[in-house]
Amino acid sequence: MTRQKDEIQFDHNHDGIDRRGFLKCMAWAGTGAFCVMQGGVLKSYSLSRIAELDPSKMKGELSFAQISDSNMGFNKPANPDVAGTLKAAVDKINALATPPEFLLHTGDISHLAKPEEFDNVEQILRSAAAKDVFYVPGEHDVVGDDGKEYLERHGKKSKGAGWYSFDKKGVHFVGLSNVMNLKAGGLGSLGAEQLEWLEDDVKPLSASTPIVLFAHIPLWSVYPQWGWGTEDSAQALGYLKKFGSVTVLNGHIHQTMQKVEGNVTFHTAASTAFPQPEPGKADSPGPMKVPAEQLRSLLGITDVNFVQGKEALAIVDSKLA
Amino acid sequence: MDRNKRYLAGAMLVVGMAGAFAGATSPPNGTPAQAAASDEVKIDNFTFAPGEITVAKGTTVKWVNRDDIPHTVVSDDKSTFKSKPLDTDDKFSYTFTKEGTYSYFCSIHPKMTAKVVVK
Repeated sequence: MTRQKDEIQFDHNHDGIDRRGFLKCMAWAGTGAFCVMQGGVLKSYSLSRIAELDPSKMKGELSFAQISDSNMGFNKPANPDVAGTLKAAVDKINALATPPEFLLHTGDISHLAKPEEFDNVEQILRSAAAKDVFYVPGEHDVVGDDGKEYLERHGKKSKGAGWYSFDKKGVHFVGLSNVMNLKAGGLGSLGAEQLEWLEDDVKPLSASTPIVLFAHIPLWSVYPQWGWGTEDSAQALGYLKKFGSVTVLNGHIHQTMQKVEGNVTFHTAASTAFPQPEPGKADSPGPMKVPAEQLRSLLGITDVNFVQGKEALAIVDSKLA
Repeated sequence: MDRNKRYLAGAMLVVGMAGAFAGATSPPNGTPAQAAASDEVKIDNFTFAPGEITVAKGTTVKWVNRDDIPHTVVSDDKSTFKSKPLDTDDKFSYTFTKEGTYSYFCSIHPKMTAKVVVK
């Protein structure tokens, strides 16, 4: 396969910790690019070339899919049928060559935290071949009731405002909640209690354990002017310095963006509901109204493969169209 | 989908009513003979407009969400006033009975901040 102009190849060096290299790969869903990290090498391809990819290269010992920002209940012109586009995302997940073992939903499940909105999403996700869904809350899921409805449904095994961790095939997953108790003028926030828990949670793990952090609001400063960042994320990432492979999966900004910094690879997933503008490219981060025939090309899912032994994740963002 | 839409319409109606009644819990302390002034703040494009208004004591300020995204109106202390989530065209009102500067924000999008000055 010949290298394209927008393809980025990145050598992870396998040292993991103090590498000074820096890669910033902004893969806008609208411009059609996605990144794959496999065996410590991150590659970025144009999304329009997804069909050319050899599915056997996407295989690992663990694979899962990420969906985000289904915003069930939204019904404005940007997308009057968010249930339909979520269903399309599930169909796409079910059609993947490597069936994902579980789903991650990185928040804004609902639009207004209403029981029927949560019900609707749960019902649609029941048609996914993967039965386990791991959620973290978005700010829309905790609005009006400080997260009561969300935590009753999805917080049974979590702590505090909805944080928890679990292990799958040697990978340590940490779901963080950074949408509660937001302060005027502020960004996403994890809070002291959650940070303390995170420090204790990862302390006993060996440095070779691959870590996947997932949370709704990006754990890196995408665009603080629009609130696209988390005020205390640096502290959280500070607890993960010893690990060779850390992957951060977020939603919230309704577009695909990727960045590698040190031992950490950051990804944001597209929304299954409606696209939002690139940072600073509009007066506000409101929904982008695009022609109906374009909409599905701006929505998506993220399929993640973990290759055991190589301590790296391969992430493929695909559009719904 | 039709059933979903009906669900949603019902849900939005409930929110709208809750928003409209919220202001009624804070009656003005001014003399009844004095007609309370009213000022409206529009929420649109992730902005409260005007971002700062000055009103007389006893004024009922009304907020209306003209954006296609839900917002809230919450005082910085999160207790003086706090609207329900306001979907498109939902309203909230609060009567300011004491002098002072009331900073508030949208708890969904905390970068949205504004203030009401009561004299």
